[in-house]
Amino acid sequence: MATATSPKPADGPAQAGKPGVFQALGGLARRPEAGSFIGMIVVFVFFAIFGGAQFIGAAGAASWLNVAAEVGLVALPVGLLMIAGELDLSIGSVIPAASLTVAIISGYYGLPEILGVAAALAFGLAVGFVNGVLVLRTRVPSLIVTIGTMFAVMGLTLGLAVLLTGATSTALVPTPFWKAIFGQFVGGMFEITIFWWILSVAILAYVLHISPWGNWIFALGGDRESARNAGIPTDKVTIGLFMTSGFSAAFLGVCQVMIYQSAQVVGGQSFIFNSIMCVVIGGVLLTGGFGSIVGIVFGTITFAIVNQGIYFTNFDPNLGSVIIGALLLVAVLMNDTFRALALSTITKKKK
Amino acid sequence: MTDTHPVLELRNVNKSFGPIDVLHDISLKVKAGEVLCLLGDNGAGKSTLIKTLAGVHKPTTGEIWMDGGRVSFDRPKDAADRGIATVHQFGGTFPLMTIGRSFFVGVEPTKGWGPFKIFDRKKANAVAVKAVQSFGITRIDDGDRLIGGLSGGERQSLAIARAVHFGARVLILDEPTAALGVKQASHVLRIVLEAKKRGIAVIFITHQVTHAMAVGDHFAVLIRGALAANFMRGEKSREEITDLMAGGEALADLDAYMESHDGHAPDLVS
Ligand SMILES: Nc1ncnc2c1ncn2[C@@H]1O[C@H](COP(=O)(O)OP(=O)(O)OP(=O)(O)O)[C@@H](O)[C@H]1O
Ligand SMILES: [Mg+2]
Repeated sequence: MATATSPKPADGPAQAGKPGVFQALGGLARRPEAGSFIGMIVVFVFFAIFGGAQFIGAAGAASWLNVAAEVGLVALPVGLLMIAGELDLSIGSVIPAASLTVAIISGYYGLPEILGVAAALAFGLAVGFVNGVLVLRTRVPSLIVTIGTMFAVMGLTLGLAVLLTGATSTALVPTPFWKAIFGQFVGGMFEITIFWWILSVAILAYVLHISPWGNWIFALGGDRESARNAGIPTDKVTIGLFMTSGFSAAFLGVCQVMIYQSAQVVGGQSFIFNSIMCVVIGGVLLTGGFGSIVGIVFGTITFAIVNQGIYFTNFDPNLGSVIIGALLLVAVLMNDTFRALALSTITKKKK
Repeated sequence: MTDTHPVLELRNVNKSFGPIDVLHDISLKVKAGEVLCLLGDNGAGKSTLIKTLAGVHKPTTGEIWMDGGRVSFDRPKDAADRGIATVHQFGGTFPLMTIGRSFFVGVEPTKGWGPFKIFDRKKANAVAVKAVQSFGITRIDDGDRLIGGLSGGERQSLAIARAVHFGARVLILDEPTAALGVKQASHVLRIVLEAKKRGIAVIFITHQVTHAMAVGDHFAVLIRGALAANFMRGEKSREEITDLMAGGEALADLDAYMESHDGHAPDLVS
């Protein structure tokens, strides 16, 4: 379960004052993830009431945690890109392409899994590299560039799959070792991807909030030109972020093929919008320069709870989409409020 | 001639963008501890001139000298490395970053071992707050505040303090007081004087005579890209400077126009 603590607790101004508690509360409200935390709690309570005991139990938790982990693995790097002022839609076809790569190499041709997995991950890195270079060279917005690479990768995957195997889907029966690290269900219901997701959260939280590189990412999203003039290697950072997202998408594809033991050409498109929604619900500014990893985690959990929680209630499942759409709007409005609060001057009473 | 070399000198600089000539044969000197006010009408070429100094544009012909040696800037970083710092109109360019973080963009202080570098937030905040406070802006006492939450004058002050902290020798300010109220503007002017006292050469662009008169030691007026006047403090009266800033004949023309049109404002044609 997620807790309310953030990786870098706000320690207020040095001078000890009476309004310490209020300042601490004020400090929390000013954090970019404040809105998304409240949203997550509200949604959880809502489904705890209407979903009943089953939703609160282990099976309920597993159902939304599995969804959160899968979309979360790509939402994190997409969020970093968005903080840096870019978007990546190509993940939608990199995920199935990576699944198919593993299935064709290790399933259809029966080569060792390590080859299939390595090829899939290398493919993800390569697509990310191409995205980064194209965005930098052409100066076309990354939204357009990555729509282009998304279709290119989709066409390539379809063409190669049919050419090599004569079909658009391929089966894979992974050996126990590979099934265990990428595709097992812990306790019979929790996907192992949950642990990979947690690892990814830890690494990217370190990069964004603790290491000095995080500052570069925020500066890049704030103003690319000024960031470059300040001596930040903006091109390297941009390409690195696209490669991270390509790698993460391929990693998810590898996990999926190990879990479901088959891969199809289509099937990753839903991750495009879902990951962007998680990121925006998580308080990341669409235009870049603002956001946090904890926020993205809260946004992802919120999305997953609504996505799965609806099946534990008596409501029409289609209502889930309506709730998610409404949630997105509310989140953006709420995040604007919290951002305005963050910008407001703290020390009014003191001179 | 003086006994010391000027910090920065332009020799016969011309700049054209394709067929458009923007700067004609500009020669100018700025000394350490001197405030040079760059005056001129809209479109006179002031911003183009300082962009040439800041390494954004390369002169089409002509030379830039620093401390008696010829220099050439291929990119803004080259100028910055030589101590030329430019502060743009709105100061901080990262409104959603904290004071401490934006102060150290690109030169983050770190602690930690080997590959596990940690951004030293405490140190960044402390240094940034101390730097602004040394310029007399004592209201800024929390490095975790966001830049966007500061007033325009505070942002300008912070940007100037940052440039000085990182060893700027030439400080270029493009209309730093343009969007500010009287009180905030006087704050920024005081900081300009403080920077001058520390031996920094300041190039200050403004459209307001009062602001120029308050801090300037040396005035240069650009009219349509050419240096129309170049004089020291006390050599010209306030009226003469006002007249020059408006492009010389402009105000006289306006008087004549107003008389012949019963005081109706002229249409805005450039
Ligand atoms: N990149 C460019 N390409 C072509 N022309 C340019 C370019 N940059 C500036 N100019 C032209 O050069 C002239 C001087 O512009 P500049 O911005 O230097 O004026 P300014 O003195 O700073 O005016 P203001 O007071 O309005 O800021 C203008 O006529 C402008 O159109
Ligand atoms: Mg200008």
